[in-house]
Order: sequence, then C-alpha cells, then structure tokens
Amino acid sequence: MQPQFLLSLLDGVLGTIVLSVLTFICGGLAGFVVALARISPLRSVSFAAIAYIQVFQGIPLLVQMGLAYFGPILLGFESVPPLAAAALAMSVFASAYLGQIWYGCLISVAKPQWEAAECLGLTRWQRMTRVVLPQAMRIATPPTVGFLVIIVKNTSVSSLVVGYQELTYNAKVINNATFEPFLYFGLAGIFYFLICYPLSVQSRALERKFNVGTR
Amino acid sequence: MSALVKFVDMHKSFGDLEILKGVTFSVERGEVVAIIGQSGSGKSTALRCMDRLETIQGGELWVCGHALHRDDVDLKALRRDVGIVFQSYNLFPHLTAEQNVALAPRLVASKSHAEASDIAQAVLSKVGLAEKRAAYPEQLSGGQQQRVAIARSLAMQPKLMLFDEVTSALDPKLTGEVLRVMERLAADGMTMILVTHEMQFARNVADRVVYMRDGRIHEMGGPEILIKPQTPELADFITHEQ
Repeated sequence: MQPQFLLSLLDGVLGTIVLSVLTFICGGLAGFVVALARISPLRSVSFAAIAYIQVFQGIPLLVQMGLAYFGPILLGFESVPPLAAAALAMSVFASAYLGQIWYGCLISVAKPQWEAAECLGLTRWQRMTRVVLPQAMRIATPPTVGFLVIIVKNTSVSSLVVGYQELTYNAKVINNATFEPFLYFGLAGIFYFLICYPLSVQSRALERKFNVGTR
Repeated sequence: MSALVKFVDMHKSFGDLEILKGVTFSVERGEVVAIIGQSGSGKSTALRCMDRLETIQGGELWVCGHALHRDDVDLKALRRDVGIVFQSYNLFPHLTAEQNVALAPRLVASKSHAEASDIAQAVLSKVGLAEKRAAYPEQLSGGQQQRVAIARSLAMQPKLMLFDEVTSALDPKLTGEVLRVMERLAADGMTMILVTHEMQFARNVADRVVYMRDGRIHEMGGPEILIKPQTPELADFITHEQ
C-alpha cells in the first residue's frame, strides 16, 4: 500500500469529523427548537413541529442530500459548495430525529414537576429552564450520544451525492485507482469503527451513570 | 372578618363529567379545615381549584381576595398567597433541599442569593431539617421529602396552605413526623385546608370537618361530627376508614 493512500484516507477521516461536528451543532440547535415547538401549547406551532419531524424522517437522507445540492442549482443559484449542501441536509435530517428524541425527554419529566413549579409562582420560562430542562437533559444524554454514532455513519451518504471528500468518498477514489476494494473499504470501515466505538462506549457509560429508570 | 376562602355554588366538570355539583362553604383566617370523603368524591379537585390548577365552570370561588371564577385572575399574586403540598412531594430531584426551598424566593420574590438562603435555612429548621439542607431528595426519606415540600411552600410566606393527602404515601412512623409539622403550623395560626384520610389528625387539629360525597358537601361541622356523625353516610364512612 502506498503511503499517500493512507494519508488520503486520514484526510477523509478529517472530512467525516468536520461534517459530523457541523451536523451536530446545527442539527442540535435546530432540533432543540423543534423539540420546544413540539411541546408548545399553541396548536399551530406544535403541529408545524410534528409535520417537520414526519416529513424529514420520512424522506431518505440520500434524497434530502440531492435536494440540498441540486435544488439551489435548479432554482438558478450558483452551485453550492459540497460541504454546505451536505451539512444542510445532514442538519435537517438530524434535527428531525433529535427534535423527536428531546421531545420525548421533555415530556417524560413528570407533569407534577411542572405543577409544583407553577404553584410556586414560576413563569413558564422559569419552569422550563430551572425545573424541566435540567431533568430532561439528564434523560437525554445517553440517546443523544447514541445518535451521534448514527450521524457519523450517515455522513458517508454525502460521498454518493455531493462529492464531499470524506472517508467513504476517498476510499472509493483510491479503489478506482487500485482495484483493491477489500483493503481500502476495509480500512475505511475500521476508521469508522474507531470514531464510533468510543461514542458507543460513552453512551453506555452515561446510561449507567444516569440510570434514569430508577429515579 | 371576611373569609379567606369562599365557595359559592361552585361547579367543576371535566368534559361531560361533573365532579363538583354546587359546593358552598367558606374558611376564615386562621381556621384549619379538613376535607374528608371517598375517592372520587371531588375533595382533591376542590383543593386543586383553590390554587387554579383546575378552572371552574360555574359559581364563584374566592381565595385570598382573588376571584378564581374570572378569567382575569392574577395567577402570580394568587400563587404568592397560596402554598400547596402534594401527595407525591414533587420536589425537584436535581436540586438540594435548600435549593428547592430557595428557588421561589429567588426567582419569584427576587431575593438575593444570601437572603434566599437565609429564608431556606429558617424554614428548613422550622420543619426540623436544618441539617439536611445539602441533601438531594433521593437521599431523604418520604417523610423528610414531604417536610421539605412543606418548607418550600412556607418560604413564600403564604396566607393559606393547602395539603392534598400529604401523608397517603407514607408509613405510619413517617406520617407522624409530617403531621407534627402540620400541627405546629396550625398552632402558629396558619390557615390550612387539608384533604386527608387521617381521621385522628382531623379530630385533633381541625376546627372544622367537611365530608364530601358525590361532588357535594354532605355534612359539615366541628371535629365532633367524626365522633357523632349526623348522617348515616358519614357514620358508614368513618367506620370504614378506621
């Protein structure tokens, strides 16, 4: 194996990590808004959140990525940078799932907690930030870290559509030149595992630490 | 002296189901009133209406001068005047006992950290838990949690305290320590309305006992009605509670 191929794969690892981090930040922020909208007492707002979640969970990521990349071009815009298109599609995808996960965590904080805070005279915002969110975050941490693994693996979809140079894309390019698919896709698999395994371990450790079921 | 709480032909329903079918009674300042009755008689609902956790559908309900039958009721002012303690304590599990108690003084009464902490210390000593201020709810027994919950309400210096079956989840020993705290409160002159199954406690501490049955007040009087009930239904109820 030539060293420049390994360097190219490591370069791909970096691309995968950059896209994953961008997705988690943007998708996380959007997902938080979706979760808050989902519990809104205003029916129109919560309905909009439900629709958003259903639509973007129902469309394959591959198609979303295609829309994010080719959509603007079809609408007459300049071509979109691959990273921007990939990050947009990934963030929308992640926000739909994270929004749903966090919605579940928010409503799993028992209603009497809201009531107790209400009876003390706390405003809705204070109830949310001082009483419900701190408890929901404890519940949310394990599934959120678990979802990070899914984000990392799904970044590989961007290689198929937008040609963003992440791990799978680089492995494919190298294979086209060397015709050694087992070696290079195998190496890519190992790198994915090396990124994801610590996250999975962390997720399980957090589950044990918070052990929310028994509280 | 005007009544602190006044029900006037008050009705409450959930959808088509009428829970309270015209309740009329009033509570004077400093009175301790025990509401008793079977499950489903509407006693807890009546209590929850007094803190506007439920809205009412008919009649009038006055609590500490607030007209709860009107839409423009000032909820913030109502909640400063009324404290409520629940059967399931409902302490905030991510906060220590002191933080639980200091939360409302800080956020609602805008006290400084130091002032709120002083208030928390004072009310926690009042319920005999000064040394537990750094403990989290899960580190406390049920009785201790309930006493912290009482302290949390007292911290806002309410004019009226509501107790919703506060000892129903506790064993007899822990029940005793919570009831002693409530007895002291009553002796201090706090106006208290409690929904309870503790007949002994109602007899010893309550100035008045209200027996609710099927959404109405069936019998009402001094604590002696628990010994000499006037209606066969109350007599029957007392026999079964003991």
